[in-house]
Amino acid sequence: MDVLKFVAKRLLLMIPILIGISMLTFAISNTIPGDPARLILGPKATPEGLESLREKMGLNDPLYIQYGRYMVGITHGDLGESTYSQGPVSSDLIRYSPATFELTLFAMMITLLIGIPFGIISASKKDRMADHFTRLFSLLGVAMPAFWLGLLFLLLFYLKLGILPGSGRLDSGMSPPHHITGMYTIDALLTGNWTVLLSASMHLILPGITLAAVTIGMITRMTRSSMLEVLQSDYVRTAHAKGASENRVLYGHALRNGVMPVITLLGMAFGHALGGSVLVESVFSWPGLGKYAVNAITYLDFPAVMGVTLLIAVMFILVNLIVDTLYFFIDPRLKHN
Amino acid sequence: MVRRITSSPLTLIGLVIVLIIIVCALFAPLIATHSPTEVNLQSKLEAPSTSHYFGTDEVGRDIFSRIVYGTRISLRIGLLVVLIAFPIGTILGAIAGYFGGGVDQIIMRITDVFLSFPGIILAMSIAAALGPSIENVMLALAATWWPWYTRIVRSSVLSIKNAEFIEASRALGANPFRILFKEIIPNSIGPATIQASLDLGFVILAAAGLSFIGLGAQPPSPEWGAMLSNSREILRDAWWAATFPGLAILLTVLGFNLVGDGLNDVLDPKQR
Repeated sequence: MDVLKFVAKRLLLMIPILIGISMLTFAISNTIPGDPARLILGPKATPEGLESLREKMGLNDPLYIQYGRYMVGITHGDLGESTYSQGPVSSDLIRYSPATFELTLFAMMITLLIGIPFGIISASKKDRMADHFTRLFSLLGVAMPAFWLGLLFLLLFYLKLGILPGSGRLDSGMSPPHHITGMYTIDALLTGNWTVLLSASMHLILPGITLAAVTIGMITRMTRSSMLEVLQSDYVRTAHAKGASENRVLYGHALRNGVMPVITLLGMAFGHALGGSVLVESVFSWPGLGKYAVNAITYLDFPAVMGVTLLIAVMFILVNLIVDTLYFFIDPRLKHN
Repeated sequence: MVRRITSSPLTLIGLVIVLIIIVCALFAPLIATHSPTEVNLQSKLEAPSTSHYFGTDEVGRDIFSRIVYGTRISLRIGLLVVLIAFPIGTILGAIAGYFGGGVDQIIMRITDVFLSFPGIILAMSIAAALGPSIENVMLALAATWWPWYTRIVRSSVLSIKNAEFIEASRALGANPFRILFKEIIPNSIGPATIQASLDLGFVILAAAGLSFIGLGAQPPSPEWGAMLSNSREILRDAWWAATFPGLAILLTVLGFNLVGDGLNDVLDPKQR
């Protein structure tokens, strides 16, 4: 089976899931207690006024017609009007998502750079000091409330030591780089704007590490257990028996098979980071989707909350598709299956 | 079994943490040194001392006492959410696994949809729709959590449904629902129970997160997430207000995690 076929099949399988997601978000939107018409018109509304607004908003139509209208809207990129920003939710989402993407991608990068080596060390030094240390570290990571870790970082590195910025994406007064991807570090790099690149990177450090803390724990644990399994397998014993050095066995024979299953967890880790961004962004005033959603909650701006929910669910599904495709490339068994 | 649990130092630490939390919740009025909600402006923003172990907040409330009372809120949330999500998920998972076919397809596609949202995001939108309160956060978390149990139970049901003792009941002509509730479910909820003990911690963590962003517990409730949210205003002046409630969350989640891992090692002989 070639890659195109694989991807096409996965895309087809996504359709019922996407329909299911839209039904669920529609159902949630319909659980808002109270009458939307009354919320808009306030307590002094006349019965006639309420009735005509309900008619105008389509609230008197049967549910399936309302759902149909909602679906048509979504497929045209119409997610309703944000009551807070007074504009269409879809353009707000476009404005805020690059910041979230930049933050989550950075967090995933740190996760891989730290999580996988830690997992390998832990497995190769099983039951020794390094192993106990890494296991404790990943245990703490998994149990860590990220928003609290963020507050502690702010306290230490921003307020007490003053060595790292604690809010926003750039130093105040600095103007963002020319818009290409909307991710400041990448845009600054592409346009060769080094001062902005430095400032944008410094601003990423604290929220990025905070967001990564949990996923590092997940990836370390998974790498460790998968490496342990491989290290106990027959072919590794054979490699030892024929006299290969410790390092040769670890990096030449075990590593590839040991790290492969970790990739399947990447999608989930990414989803976790996307979810965590809601909390972490609000700690660091990071102007992304999470901060937007939390603001929306404060101002009872419901279309905005549902817009973020829908967008993050779709991103999560797409990331999983990418991860599965990646795995398809890496694991030769799938190609011949 | 008890010896096996207590022989692992990490599990033992987990058990001790969980016990301390339960004791705090049960005897909060005896353990707390002050009222958890009483405002005392004369002693506001006091650093930790022998009269206020964890210091005071911006209106002089004793943080130690608030954390002690907070165990009641968090434990209640954790227990109730798991007690709602666990049976729903288990029954659906058992039905899906045992009957198979179209019922299985429908149930599993629904769980797929729920699991395609990062949990906290789905819970956030449901809680936002229902309006901010602890009860609504519990409902939202239960609505988010049940599919995990459905998946776990379904796969363990699949592995035992053709076992001989089930075959025997079927041959004796037992009603399928009787088989489901008397034979299948009791013999396949082991892994889901381990997950439930881990989830007690994760639910508490998620609820604190939702309270932190303004859903869930509302001030002046001594809920840990709400306390942390509040501490942001006084971060510069009172490190203690931001430090201790978070430590309480961390230890609670860690405690339930360690106990869950310990149970897993005991009940799953392959891991030994």
